[in-house]
Amino acid sequence: MSHEMFLGLYVFVLAAFVGYGVIGGVPPLLHTPLMAFTNAISGISLVGSLVAAGAEHTTFSTALGFIAVLCSSINVVGGFLITDRMLKMFRKRGGTKA
Amino acid sequence: MSMTAEFLYFLASVLFIIGLRGLGSAETARRGLFISEIGMVAAVLGTLLHPDIVSYKWIIVSAGIGSAIGIAMAALIPMTKMPERIALSHSFGGLAAALVGVSEYSLHHEVVTHATMGALGFEVLFGGLTFTGSLMAFGKLQGFIPGRNITYPFQNQANIAIFGGSALLLILLTTWPSVQFLFYLMFFIAMVLGVLIVIPIGGADMPVVISLLNSYAGLAASATGFALGNNVLIIAGALDGASGFILSIVMSRAMNRSFGNVLFGAFGKVNEEALAAVGSQEIHEATVGDAAMLLSSAQKVIVCPGYGMAVAQAQHAMRELAEHLEAEGVEVLYAIHPVAGRMPGHMNVLLAEANVPYDQLKELEEINDEFAQADVALVVGANDVVNPAAKHNASSPIYGMPVLNADLAKTCIVLKRTMNPGFAGIENELFSMPNTVLVFGDAKQTLEKIVQALA
Repeated sequence: MSHEMFLGLYVFVLAAFVGYGVIGGVPPLLHTPLMAFTNAISGISLVGSLVAAGAEHTTFSTALGFIAVLCSSINVVGGFLITDRMLKMFRKRGGTKA
Repeated sequence: MSMTAEFLYFLASVLFIIGLRGLGSAETARRGLFISEIGMVAAVLGTLLHPDIVSYKWIIVSAGIGSAIGIAMAALIPMTKMPERIALSHSFGGLAAALVGVSEYSLHHEVVTHATMGALGFEVLFGGLTFTGSLMAFGKLQGFIPGRNITYPFQNQANIAIFGGSALLLILLTTWPSVQFLFYLMFFIAMVLGVLIVIPIGGADMPVVISLLNSYAGLAASATGFALGNNVLIIAGALDGASGFILSIVMSRAMNRSFGNVLFGAFGKVNEEALAAVGSQEIHEATVGDAAMLLSSAQKVIVCPGYGMAVAQAQHAMRELAEHLEAEGVEVLYAIHPVAGRMPGHMNVLLAEANVPYDQLKELEEINDEFAQADVALVVGANDVVNPAAKHNASSPIYGMPVLNADLAKTCIVLKRTMNPGFAGIENELFSMPNTVLVFGDAKQTLEKIVQALA
C-alpha cells in the first residue's frame, strides 16, 4: 500500500473520531436537521464529479460526471436549504425563532 | 494540485467540523450551517481550479439543473415528507459516488494500482448499494412498494451469499485490477444487494435503515476520497458516516434491538395471533365531548405523538388544541420517543413546523417519570412506543424496548383511526386498560372537533 493511502487512513480514522465526538453532542431534537445537514456535506462528492464532468476524457466519463454533478448539486444546494428551512422552525416558548 | 486548491480543501474540512459543532444546540445551529456552507463554497472553488478540467460547459449545465431541482425540492417538500426526501438524497449521494468511481475506473483501469483499486471497489460497492437501497426505502415510505416487510424462504441466506459474493469480487478485483468484467459485475451485484437488503424491512424499522444508509453514503464519499487522493472527501465522508452510525445506534437502542436483528430479523412481520387477539380486546370508546372534558379539567397533559400524526398531518391541529388548553391554565408537554415516526427526529420537526416551542418537546428519559403526575396522556397516532407490554410481558416481541409511560397517567386518551394493530402487528395492552379511552377517527379531524368543543 502506498504512503499516500496510509496518510488517507490516518485522516479517515481521525475524522471519524472527531465526527463521533461532535455528533454525539447533537440533541435528539435536531436529529432530522442533522441528517439533512450531513447529507448536504456528503454532497462533497461534487468535488470528484466536477472533475469527471469537466475533464472531457471520453464521452462515457463525461456523461457519468454529468449525472454525478447533477445528483450531488441537488444534495448540496437542496440539503443546505432544507436544513435551514427546518432550523428556522425551531423556536423557544414565547421567544424568537432560532 | 495547486497550493491554492490544497488550502481551500483544508479550509473546507475545518469549516465542516466547526459547522457541525454548531448543531449542538438549536440556538447555534443556523450559524453552524452557514459556516459549513462557506466550507462547501471553498471546496467547490478549489475543485474548479483543477488542471484536468478543460471545459466548464457540462459542469454549468448539470450544476445549474441540479441546483434548480435542489432549490425546488427544498422549498416545496412538506415537512411530513421529510423521510422520503432524506431517503431520496441518500440515493443521489450513493449514485454520485458510484458514478465517479465508474468514470475513474473506465479511464484508468489499465494503470490503476491495487490500493486505488480497493478504494474504487469500496466506492462503487457502497455507492451502488446505497443508491438502490435508498430508492427502495423511498419507495416504501412513499407507498410505491408495500411498506410491510416482504419475506421469502432462505432470504437471509441468499442475502449473506450475495454479500459474500460481492466481497469476494472486491478481493479478486483488487488483485487483478484490469479485469473490467469483474468491476461491472460487482457494481451490478451491489445494486441488487441494496434492493434485497431493504425489501424485508418493515416501516417501523425505517429510522434504523435510513440512518444506516446515511452512514453508507458517507463511507462511499470517503472511499471516493481515497481513490482520488483527496482529503476533504475523506473527511466529509467520515463525518457523514459517523453521523449515520451514531443515529443507527441511537435508533436501535430505542428499539432494544441490534443492527443484525433489524437487518435480518424481519421485525415488521404481522403476528396473526396478535391480530386475532386485538378483536377480542375489551375497550372503552369515548366521544369527542368526553375527551374535551377530560382535557380541560386536567392540570397536566402529556402528548405522545407517533407516525399516525404525520400521516394525518395533525400537528397544526395538535398545537391549536395545546394553545387552547394552555390558555385555560393546563400545562402541556410533548413526550418524544426516539423512534416515533419514520426517521430520527421526525416528530420534533413536525411539531416545530406547527410552531410548538421546542422547550415543550421532551425526550423519553426526561419525561418518563412525569407521567405518574399527569392527569391525561394524549396518544396521537402512536402505538408500539406506548405499549406497556414492552415493560413486563417477556413474550412480547417488543419486550425490553424503552416505551413512554402513557399507562401511568391518570387517564389515557388514545386517538386512533381504526382498531388495527401498529406496524409491528402487536397487540397493545394500553388500549384495553381501565383508565384508557379511545376516540376513533382521523386524528386531525378529531383534534379539530375537540378544539371546537372547548371553544
